[in-house]
Amino acid sequence: MNAVEVRDLTVAYRESPVLWDIDLDVAPGVLMAIVGPNGAGKTTLIKAILGLLKPAAGQIRILGKPYRRVASLMGYVPQRGTVDWDFPTSVLDVVLMGLYGRIGWVRRPGRSERREAMEALEKVEMTGLAHRQIRQLSGGQQQRVFLARALVQDARVYLMDEPLQGVDATTERAIIDILHSLRSSGKTVLAVHHDLQTVSSYFDEVLLLNVRRIASGPVSKVFTDTNLRLTYGGRIAIIKGAP
Amino acid sequence: MSTFQLEIQLVATVVAAACALPGTFLVLRRMAMMSDAISHAILPGIVVGFFLTGNLSSPLLILGGAAAGLLTVVLVEWIRKTNRVREDAAIGLVFSSLFAVGVILIARFARDIHLDTDAVLLGELAFVPFDRLILAGRDLGPQALYAMGMAGILCLGFILLFYKELKLATFDRALCATLGFLPGILHYALMGLISMTAVAAFDAVGSILVVALMVGPPVSAYLITNRFGYMILYSVALGMTASIAGYWIAHLLDASIAGCMAVMVGVQFAVLFCIAPEQGVLAAWKRRRHQKWQFAIKMLVIHLLQHEATPEADRECRMDHLQDHMAWEAAFAEGVVSRAVSQNFLNTVGEYLELTTEGRELAREAIIHT
Repeated sequence: MNAVEVRDLTVAYRESPVLWDIDLDVAPGVLMAIVGPNGAGKTTLIKAILGLLKPAAGQIRILGKPYRRVASLMGYVPQRGTVDWDFPTSVLDVVLMGLYGRIGWVRRPGRSERREAMEALEKVEMTGLAHRQIRQLSGGQQQRVFLARALVQDARVYLMDEPLQGVDATTERAIIDILHSLRSSGKTVLAVHHDLQTVSSYFDEVLLLNVRRIASGPVSKVFTDTNLRLTYGGRIAIIKGAP
Repeated sequence: MSTFQLEIQLVATVVAAACALPGTFLVLRRMAMMSDAISHAILPGIVVGFFLTGNLSSPLLILGGAAAGLLTVVLVEWIRKTNRVREDAAIGLVFSSLFAVGVILIARFARDIHLDTDAVLLGELAFVPFDRLILAGRDLGPQALYAMGMAGILCLGFILLFYKELKLATFDRALCATLGFLPGILHYALMGLISMTAVAAFDAVGSILVVALMVGPPVSAYLITNRFGYMILYSVALGMTASIAGYWIAHLLDASIAGCMAVMVGVQFAVLFCIAPEQGVLAAWKRRRHQKWQFAIKMLVIHLLQHEATPEADRECRMDHLQDHMAWEAAFAEGVVSRAVSQNFLNTVGEYLELTTEGRELAREAIIHT
């Protein structure tokens, strides 16, 4: 059974399609990069899989079930810029939000939830900043907070929108280590990724996307010059490192 | 203090508290203008409610007003979604039209009743004690107190119950939706509460003060805390103190109570804007000044380190030299040196400047980290 199964997915904004007839299968325990130019529909695909957008056509199944029945098995790391970092709250509070789904309506997080949140912060090496106001964080720290928030969700499938955007080399390394440890515990990760150079060293599989699905599968098979040209419309010079 | 005065202040503080509670969410959602829109757009709802019941204090008026408020929110969002008009323009368009409908309805059909446009805009707190709730022959106090009290309790109950959900919906709507917390419903519930509070408050304080009390105290509270719960708490406290202070100033000046309350809200903000411990302009100015001196000290110790124990040290590491080579004014150079000395980064031997071990360390660190 696939972790993520997308069939004939079309998402349109008014009558213009943002995603055209996407088919995608992702097996459990795979790290997949979603690669494509600006406006290719990468964020839209993630949002559609999460059930945040209503598709014009198509089906999405997560672990064999429709989204609504497995919402709690999905973890989401949005783009850093989608929230207001001036919001008056602390790092620990933001991480706790990842547990709200499990806590349910009305009940408040208690001591055991706080402990879990602290453990997640430990994994991203942010324990020292738990009570820091989020406005004082650097870009890399913000990204780590979001990652910790997804980790506490203890999801089976993680969808991450540019988790490496604007972070320094140390943070990038730390985040990749976490993605790899998620994989070794059988989780599936789909991440929008921009740096073509690191696709083959960081990820197992890749989805090349530009409104349509250009190609998807193991990096060694589909991450080819021809496919990249098809994806980016021949406008890029491709410099690929040794595999 | 007479009972009248006490009752007016009581109503004023309850209005302030009831407005500050949902107002905090409006400010954090960057929807402050929505309070302006709702508080005006409720007018036609109130008028229609009045036509249906013939009674200005019927609860149906609150329902009518709240419905008109929600209609504003829905219309604004609908116009914005067409992407032809921006949100601020959509808000301006919708609420002024709805308000105008209310004005026309009053002018055409309700000319000889107490409901006039002045009263809607400004309200009159001083008259609040005259309109009393009398049940079975017993005087239970001003009616406005009960209307406002109900609105306040509903707001408080809603926020206490759904504190966690509202916080998540305000901070990260997408996560709120993926976790199944229905941010759309929470949003409309909040807007409904705001409309209801605005209707309950307009009779007492008018729609302009409603805006002041919904936006002002939360913005001021935002300046003095980094925590969400405290922001709500401080907003309520600031709103209540502004209304009591405003009442007494109006009393002294024999001026409009609502007007003086709104002015006090502004004064509170101005004061906190200046003196807030972290975010105030005074604190920022102090921080910048401190940084300016610290930066100059770093420049000085780096300069001294470069020339220390070189043939030109006698010439370079001198007080009077700083004015020529660093292009510092004499007074500034003296300020930098005296601060550096008091922070133990250098010693002065006559005109000659000598780095301490700490000074050398600071210079080396500064070079590495820049």
